[in-house]
Amino acid sequence: MSPARVDVRKTYKLYIDGAFPRSESGRSYAVWSTPVGRANPRFLANAAMGSRKDARDAVVAARGAVKGWAGATAYNRGQVLYRVAEVMESRRAQLVEDVRLSEGLAPSRAEAVVSAAIDRWVWYAGWTDKLAQVLGGLNPVAGPYFDISAPEPTGIVAVLAPQRSSLLGLVSVVAPVIATGNTAVVLASQERPLPAITLAEALATSDVPAGVVNVVTGLTGEVAPWLAGHRDVNAIDLTGAADAEGVDWGELERAAAENLKRVLRPAGTGSDAVEPDWTAEPGLSRMTTFLETKTVWHPKGR
Amino acid sequence: MPIFEYAPAPESRAIVDIQPSYGLFVGGEWIEGRGAAFKTTNPATEEVLADVAEASVADVDAAVRAARTAYTRVWSRMSGADRGKYLFRIARIIQERARELAVLESLDNGKPIKESRDVDVPLAAAHFFYHAGWADKLEYASLGPKPRPIGVVGQVIPWNFPLLMLAWKIAPALACGNTVVLKPAETTPLTALLFAEICQQAELPAGVVNIVTGAGATGQAIVEHPGVDKIAFTGSTEVGKSIARSIAGTRKRATLELGGKAANIVFDDAPLDQAVEGIVNGIFFNQGHVCCAGSRLLVQESIAEEVDRRLKRRLETLRVGDPLDKNTDVGAINSRAQLDRIAELTAAGEAEGAVRWDTGCELPSHGFWFRPTVFTGVSQTHRIAQEEIFGPVLSVLTFRTPQEAVAKANNTPYGLSAGIWTEKGSRILWMADQLRAGVVWANTFNRFDPTSPFGGYKESGYGREGGRHGLEAYVTTGDPR
Amino acid sequence: MSTTDAAVDVTARAGDLLGVSRLTNATLTGWLHGLPGVDQVGCEARAASLGTRSIKTTAKQWAIDAAISMIDLTTLEGADTPGKVRSLAAKALVPDPSDPATPRPAAVCVYGDMAAIARQALGDSGIHVAAVATAFPSGRASRRVKLADTTDAVAAGADEIDMVIDRGAFLSGRYLEVFEEIAEVKQACGDAHLKVIMETGELVTYDNVRRASWLSMLAGADFIKTSTGKIQPAATLPVTLIMLEAVRDWRELTAAIVGVKPAGGIRTSKDALKYLVTVNEVAGEEWLTPERFRFGASSLLNDLLLQRQKLRTGAYSGADYVTID
Repeated sequence: MSPARVDVRKTYKLYIDGAFPRSESGRSYAVWSTPVGRANPRFLANAAMGSRKDARDAVVAARGAVKGWAGATAYNRGQVLYRVAEVMESRRAQLVEDVRLSEGLAPSRAEAVVSAAIDRWVWYAGWTDKLAQVLGGLNPVAGPYFDISAPEPTGIVAVLAPQRSSLLGLVSVVAPVIATGNTAVVLASQERPLPAITLAEALATSDVPAGVVNVVTGLTGEVAPWLAGHRDVNAIDLTGAADAEGVDWGELERAAAENLKRVLRPAGTGSDAVEPDWTAEPGLSRMTTFLETKTVWHPKGR
Repeated sequence: MPIFEYAPAPESRAIVDIQPSYGLFVGGEWIEGRGAAFKTTNPATEEVLADVAEASVADVDAAVRAARTAYTRVWSRMSGADRGKYLFRIARIIQERARELAVLESLDNGKPIKESRDVDVPLAAAHFFYHAGWADKLEYASLGPKPRPIGVVGQVIPWNFPLLMLAWKIAPALACGNTVVLKPAETTPLTALLFAEICQQAELPAGVVNIVTGAGATGQAIVEHPGVDKIAFTGSTEVGKSIARSIAGTRKRATLELGGKAANIVFDDAPLDQAVEGIVNGIFFNQGHVCCAGSRLLVQESIAEEVDRRLKRRLETLRVGDPLDKNTDVGAINSRAQLDRIAELTAAGEAEGAVRWDTGCELPSHGFWFRPTVFTGVSQTHRIAQEEIFGPVLSVLTFRTPQEAVAKANNTPYGLSAGIWTEKGSRILWMADQLRAGVVWANTFNRFDPTSPFGGYKESGYGREGGRHGLEAYVTTGDPR
Repeated sequence: MSTTDAAVDVTARAGDLLGVSRLTNATLTGWLHGLPGVDQVGCEARAASLGTRSIKTTAKQWAIDAAISMIDLTTLEGADTPGKVRSLAAKALVPDPSDPATPRPAAVCVYGDMAAIARQALGDSGIHVAAVATAFPSGRASRRVKLADTTDAVAAGADEIDMVIDRGAFLSGRYLEVFEEIAEVKQACGDAHLKVIMETGELVTYDNVRRASWLSMLAGADFIKTSTGKIQPAATLPVTLIMLEAVRDWRELTAAIVGVKPAGGIRTSKDALKYLVTVNEVAGEEWLTPERFRFGASSLLNDLLLQRQKLRTGAYSGADYVTID
């Protein structure tokens, strides 16, 4: 019997502007698996501990990508997003492994989660060229004017990815942001960041333009305030504030008020924040929160 | 003296019956305010019109409780069809009392009677009509599964379109089954107080609409009241931000319709005579007290001189004066504080090197007045190109290419509205795509309609008012997140 | 100066204005189509807004008298007779027998064959005789006939000629033909003033109205006029607004002043006042004179007289208190 092969491990890095840099801070942190029923967590990898400057760079990348992505045809965005689902399917084994280790799931359960995540991605991919018809339309004004309202992306959305659901939850918050033509700076689950980086690899090898999705791993409580206060960020999704260590979503919302960011609050009641049930079919609110309605008037004359 | 000098044509103010003092309208009744009463004046004459109660924190609390009671016991249980019928009644009464409302609005606000008569009041009635019809059709509005009312809505509105903003706020709130506590601006409370009387005539159930008067502190009490489920605010970006901060970390929802610094972009192939009208309407309508005013004129360099000449010639014909005169085009500035702000910013414009021109028209000796003013040679870096002046002051800038026009137009934290003037259809559509603004008027400006969603991008706020979109702010649905 | 020289002058001036050595249909087309477009909705909104001006008391008194003095009192019927024309002239001379201070209209407007009758009836009163010419109202006759129509009317005593343009030529883009015809009629007019009827109801679009206005002015019109009164719509406030913008801008370009005459469909004092407000605020008060602004009308005069009586006596008047001629 030959000795067990020494496997080649992956270095998990950030995903910014289509590249995979290490944190500019040079920091990393250990990521542990939390298998059910095991007393001792197992070391999985060292993830990059992104800094405020990494977040800043990610915002610059996201801003650079806005024009091309928002300006792409909805059909094209749909094609690109569907391509992402194809690539996810082809990397299924790795995603299952990531989810299994990150969330401590049984293999069959992890399989189901990955299937749901890919299906959810496909669901959003199909929305790109439907939204304007569902949400927009002609306004029958009392005068000789053509008057039409249509949704437009708000710009850059900072996304606090859910802490627990490392892939299905992640997909459920990222896909609606980019399906609508926004670009995203995603703060991955602090304790379970590996599926986010694998997803980033799927994005990088699909046709998603650089900068459309940027993934920063690290401490949510450290980086989130910088994104919430960033004046070139147009919106923030606070979903991942639930169960995030050292994160007060009210504080983040208050910081977001500085440039009147569109805010998607975490689920829950009062000041509580709970992670939603990701298996339920989503509605439109994750998309509509990050859409502006533009109304255009023009006279009708000879 | 001109050979065709229009004689005064004043609208009679006999139609309005202003009481010496007003209380608060809470739970369907008039109550005394616990704060110190304040005076509302006619800005055209500085004449005191009435004493108005200031709602204290306790008064606001009473109003919110009245609204809650009306919500749980009556309004949220009532069928949409019946809610709609109340709104239809209100719309009709506004039409029946249109002249009275228009005169009162012009007295309290200073806006020309032809605007209150032809714009504010008819549009206010139209908003109630439009939303009345929605009340029993919300399931068809694509708002998500099972739309339900939110509860008690706190609404704080500005002084520039007092009755119209009230209609924009109250009509959709009520149609969706919410009850409201509304605070009109402290300088223009009278039409809101008359509206309370209209609610009584319509026999609207007590507490569905509560009107509390006061200044910033009263507004803050509404915003911070834990019994308020949603805030709807129209006003300055500064206050909008403080509201957003104040409700952060709570489950209170908000729609904010805030400031603007709209670019009105004129290309060399524009229909020039209509463009000039659009420029005038864009910035001198309602004395420029309009959040979506076309306060930055971006004109293609090749026609800049011609537009300047035509514009100034046109401005010479504007009639500034008595708001109640049916021929007045530009009325009084709403308050001394606003007049001071306009004066401060225009002085800054001169100091920064822009060239100031005004019509030189005579102004009344009493009241708050400002001549229609144009600054040329303005750069984006000047304060008068960046800050909202909210007065009859136009800043003129030039551009050379459509790209440059877009870049300058979007170069502001605001994003409420924009104008495009060109006869080239494809350029209009391209420009409309590029402009980061919630409302884009092409070959027209300052058009409003209850069916047409209105609201801003960026620091001009969030949420839309009007149309199907405007309902979204006033319902909650089973839509999971 | 001979009439040929005058025609050369108009053409030479046009060449100068257009910056071309030879006036062709192509250069005229380029020039006319280079005028700023007219947005229909915006134009109508502006006209409607001018229509909401409220003209009261002293301003109304002035405006009613001004409007009366600007009327081309018109009869253009196949049934016209010398008797009818004399009666109209008498009305022009004494509009309101109950008030000798009532101003007189500017002109009596008739068909060419009635010009002599009108001239005789009006004598040296100062009231002008306007004759429609150039195969009015359709304009469908040869150039020779149109010119003869014109010279005939002038010879009969008309000192104002109201010609119609060839709308067919205009609508098919033969602008040079329209230009030349106006220029030749202008020559044929001699000293008589030329009003060019564009028949805006047939031109349909406001862009066409603007182009026809400029083409007429370029070709030497003293006045531009909306309509024959035989086609609906005739004069409208928006169309008149565009023509007033044209004469205003023409003066800016050439320093020359051209008059404007809306005709047909203006029947009430209220309407007339809206037109005067529009003249005042668009072209300016220099146009508030019969030399530069006219109403082509018939029943308008009596309505103005009724309003005038109301202002004088304080009581509403009635049809029995104004004369029908």
